[in-house]
This record gives sequence, C-alpha cells and structure tokens, in this order.
Amino acid sequence: MGKGLKRGLFRYWGWLAVGTVAGLSALAVAAGSFIPFPTGKPETREITLNASRFAYSPQRIEVNKGDRVILSLAPQDVSHGVYVDGYGLKTEAAPGKTSVLDFVADRPGTFRLRCSVPCGDLHPFMVGLLSVEPNSPFLGAVIATLVVALGATAYGWLRKGTGAARA
Amino acid sequence: MDGRSRNVNVLRWQPVRTVLSHRLFPFIVVLPVLFVFVLVILTGLFGTPVGSANFSIVFAWIVWWGALIVILVPFGARAWCAVCPVAAVGEWVQRRAILIPGRRRPLTLGLEWPEAIRGLWLQNSVLVVMAVFSAVILTRPFVTGALLLALTLLALCLYLVFKRRAFCRYVCPVGGFVGQYSAAAPLEVRAVDPELCLVHCGPAAKECIKGSAAGFGCPWMEYPGTMDRNASCGMCMECLKTCPKGNIALSLRPFGADLAVPRRHADEAYRALILLTSALLYTAIMAGPWGWMRSWANLGSGQLPAFMGYAGLLTVSMLVLAPGAFFAVSWLAKALSRARDVPARRLFVAFAYTAVPLGLAAWVAFSLDFLFANASDILPVLSDPFGWGWNLFGTAGYAWRPYVPQVLPYIQVPILTVGLAMSVRLAHQISSECIGDAAGARRSVIPIAGLLALITVILLWLFIG
Repeated sequence: MGKGLKRGLFRYWGWLAVGTVAGLSALAVAAGSFIPFPTGKPETREITLNASRFAYSPQRIEVNKGDRVILSLAPQDVSHGVYVDGYGLKTEAAPGKTSVLDFVADRPGTFRLRCSVPCGDLHPFMVGLLSVEPNSPFLGAVIATLVVALGATAYGWLRKGTGAARA
Repeated sequence: MDGRSRNVNVLRWQPVRTVLSHRLFPFIVVLPVLFVFVLVILTGLFGTPVGSANFSIVFAWIVWWGALIVILVPFGARAWCAVCPVAAVGEWVQRRAILIPGRRRPLTLGLEWPEAIRGLWLQNSVLVVMAVFSAVILTRPFVTGALLLALTLLALCLYLVFKRRAFCRYVCPVGGFVGQYSAAAPLEVRAVDPELCLVHCGPAAKECIKGSAAGFGCPWMEYPGTMDRNASCGMCMECLKTCPKGNIALSLRPFGADLAVPRRHADEAYRALILLTSALLYTAIMAGPWGWMRSWANLGSGQLPAFMGYAGLLTVSMLVLAPGAFFAVSWLAKALSRARDVPARRLFVAFAYTAVPLGLAAWVAFSLDFLFANASDILPVLSDPFGWGWNLFGTAGYAWRPYVPQVLPYIQVPILTVGLAMSVRLAHQISSECIGDAAGARRSVIPIAGLLALITVILLWLFIG
C-alpha cells in the first residue's frame, strides 16, 4: 500500500469521531449491564409460557434481577421450543406436555425468547421477550443516544463556516 | 490523490487496476453467484416447504441479504449490482455476448424508458409491494423461488424491449434499496478529471457511453464525465475498460459523501422515508413479541381480511404517516429558521435525506439480529439443500443455535448512534444548503435532530427495550 493511500485514510478525522461515538455507546450498554443497580428482594416466579404459532403468551415476561424463574413451556398446537438469548438455555416440548427451565435471572436487560423447533412458516420470527429489570442496558443506550444527538447538534451549531456556501 | 482532496484512488495500486480492468471481471464473480442463484430457485420451487431447512430461504434471506446489508452496501455502494444474476442473464442475451463486445447489433428494440415513469416512483411502488408481502416472501421457499424466477424473466423481457439496464434503474426493488444507501458508502467511481472528458470529443469519442472493442458502453446509461453520485452506478467497471485516457478512478472517500451533493428529488426523499419506516416496521413485526402482527402479515388461510388491514396499515405508514411526520418537522424547522422565502416542501424533500444514514443503520441492526439468530441453518442446508434427507458434506445434523446473541446490543447500539450522528451532521449540511441565514439554519436543525433521536430511541426500544 502506497504512502499516499495511507495518508489519505488516516487524514479523515471522521474515523475518530465515528470510533468515539461507537465506543461510548458500547460503553453505555456495558455500564448498564455490569453496574449493580439496586433491585428488590429476589423472588421465585413460576410462569407458564404458552406457545402457539407464532407467538408466546405472555408475549413479554417481566422479572427482577436476581429472581428465580421457573419457566414452563406449554405448546398449544404443535411442538415448540424456547431458547433464551443471553442465558443460552433451551428446551422443547410436544403439545399437551410441558418442559421446564429453572434459572436465576442474574443479567439485566431484555432478552429474546426464540422458538427452537421448526413449527411452521414464520418459525424463525416466533419471538417473545424476557425483561429482567432494571433494564439498565437500554437506559444506558438511551442516554448515549441523547448525548450523541445533543453533541452532533451542538457540534454543527458551533462549527465555523456554517453557511450557504458550505453545501 | 484526486482533485477531491480526501479521496484515494485505489486504481493507482496496480494489482487492483489489473484485476478490475481485466475482461474476465466481473464475469468471474457472476458465474459462481449465478450457480448459487439457480440453486436457490430450484430448491425454492422443488424443495421442502420448511424454510429453515431449505437452501433458498437460508441463502437468499440470511446469507445474501446479510452480506448485502451488513457489508456490500455500507462499504461497496452498488458493488452487488455488478455481479447480480437477475440482470446478468438478460444482459448477455441483449448484448449477444458475455465477455467480448461483438459487432452484431444488440438483441433489443432499444426503446427509451417512458419519460412518464422515468423517475423512482415505479420503483418505490415495487418496494412498498415487496414490503407488504415480505413475511410471505421471507418464509416460503416456493414464493422465494418463484419471485426470483419472475424477476429474472421480467428483467429479460425489459432487456429485449428497452435500452441497457432499464430494469435495474427503474424497476428492481433491490436496486432501489441499494441505490438509496449507496450514497452513504465510502466507495465511488468517478472521472479523475472531468475536464478531460469534456475535451475528448469526436465521432470515436465517449467510449464510456458507446462502448468499444475494449468493453461495453455503460449499461446504466451514466456518463462518468458528469456523474457525481453513486445512485445509478453499478460499479461494473466497463468505463475503466473503455476509457482510452485512463480517466476513471475508483476511490475511497468519506462515508456519506454523496448525501452532501445538493441535488434533492422528491422520489428519492420518499424512498429514504419508505426504507426507514420499513426498517422500523420489520423490526416490530419480525423481531418483536407481537404475534398478532405476524399473524396479520402471514397471509394464511382465512386471513385475507386481516392481511388487507395489515397491508393498508403498512402502506399508510410508509407513504403517509412517516412523510407526514417529516413534513411537520420540516414545517417547524422553517418556522424556527424564520426563512420565509424557503418553501416547506423544499425543506421536507431536503431533510428527508437525513433518513438515509439512520435508515441504513437500522437495516444493519435489524439484519444482524436474524443473521446471528439463524446463521446456524447454513451448514445443514449445504449438505441437504432440498431438505430431502441428503447429507452431502456431513453437516445435515448440525443443530440450530443463535450465535453469541449477548454480544448483539454492543454492536446494534453503536451502529444506531453512529447512524444518528451522521444523520444530524447531514441535517446541518442540508440546512446550510437551503437556508441562507446561518443562525436560522442552525435553529432549523433542532426539530430534525429531535425527530431523528426519537426514531433512534424507538429502534433501541424495539431491539433491547
């Protein structure tokens, strides 16, 4: 690679700006994930997760961080499964039977429940949600978004030469 | 360096120039792509109806779509169009040649595309129709196979009637998507010195348009001498082959450079809003927990009334609600700027372009979600493409599992915030372009930035909220 190519690529200060925005955003999500925000006393929650083409019921499960979750998968029409993103847990069952996942919701955030058994046309999009409160990664992401929006607005506001000639 | 000081002409690197100017390029890439394309059609038409076990669904909507959205478009502009098999077959038939230009007259009536439909409105309509039927297309192998075959035949018919790549420019829905977001990519094909093109005259000149013994004329009916945007450049590099002056550059440039070009069209503005809105809706319908939405979108038996309602909602959202929101915000921007001489419509058309960076970011984030979740289906379908119980490479029994889904938020959130930052930056450039008063231009960005931030927060809520 010639020197001209290298100089050209590294002269683009936008790379620094993009890297900063991306890095700070990822950091905001990480802060939400790993900072131990206060939660209530852990409880045991027994939830029956009904599964039928192509949704779960309840479609969103809300628990608190630290709760013990006993999730009973109950397919209603055909065989279904459930895979819990972020926890790597999976189970499946035939209609009329149940299968149980028993775990502690120790990671905050919202995680997708995905069907792990082909059950029809929209099987890849059969999704539910497990929300472990407080959803601090989402809060971190929103804060990062607002900071970026304000920062980008202010940057353009303050930058010299903002005028019609700069099209 | 080129005259545009921040661009870097990669053709100055001889290996790159040698490869791209070789007569075998892009045919050498089209050939394997065409093979896979034919297999997608055959497995779609004749293979198992279980989508996750069929080569057509997995390779069309996970492998190809993932590669297109995550890599090819954001970094390569319209590079996919150079190797697209849908256009390739028709083009070879029209040219009566595959590699080397012949002396025979092209096999086509050679009509001009009708002026009444020469803009992007027809392509926008096709995009909306595809969006409405997307849940059916993405999940039924037969529909995928039939659709791709139909598009290929349609392209062939249009090649036989109209000049060059009329299908790609004015009809192809993928072309609409790729063309819109190619503006954000850091790659462009341009004339090194446009002045040289102007003085290169005479009956034998303008080989880039007419073709020569060295190559075909631009199939996109573009003239590199005046081309200043990627929107209709298919990056086939025929102009590189035909230009006798060596006046073609393939350059790396800042992301989003085309978006600063002050040519704003209502059809492009609408397309930007259609694509951003569809990214939002797809995320809600296909990655959200609301089964009733999927049920409406599924067009199952006895569900036609629900599907019609869904189609209406989707269409109204893309064509009325989203443009209406942008128009309202543009009106507010005009009011804040106190620019009485600038029509609100002009601001609306211009500010709609801010939907491009954020829209592309939204599509990348959405595509990564189902790519990470379903990429494990690739290995089984390689061994059993039709779902008939084969095991060609011993991978048919590879179990489904999502790949590192816990990492996704750390990728999706930065992508969305970078898209937002680029959109707000573009809003500043557009406000300067439209509003003469600097203070008024700055004030006008506030509501636009607010709307873009709100859209970003909604996307974040859909992904991780």
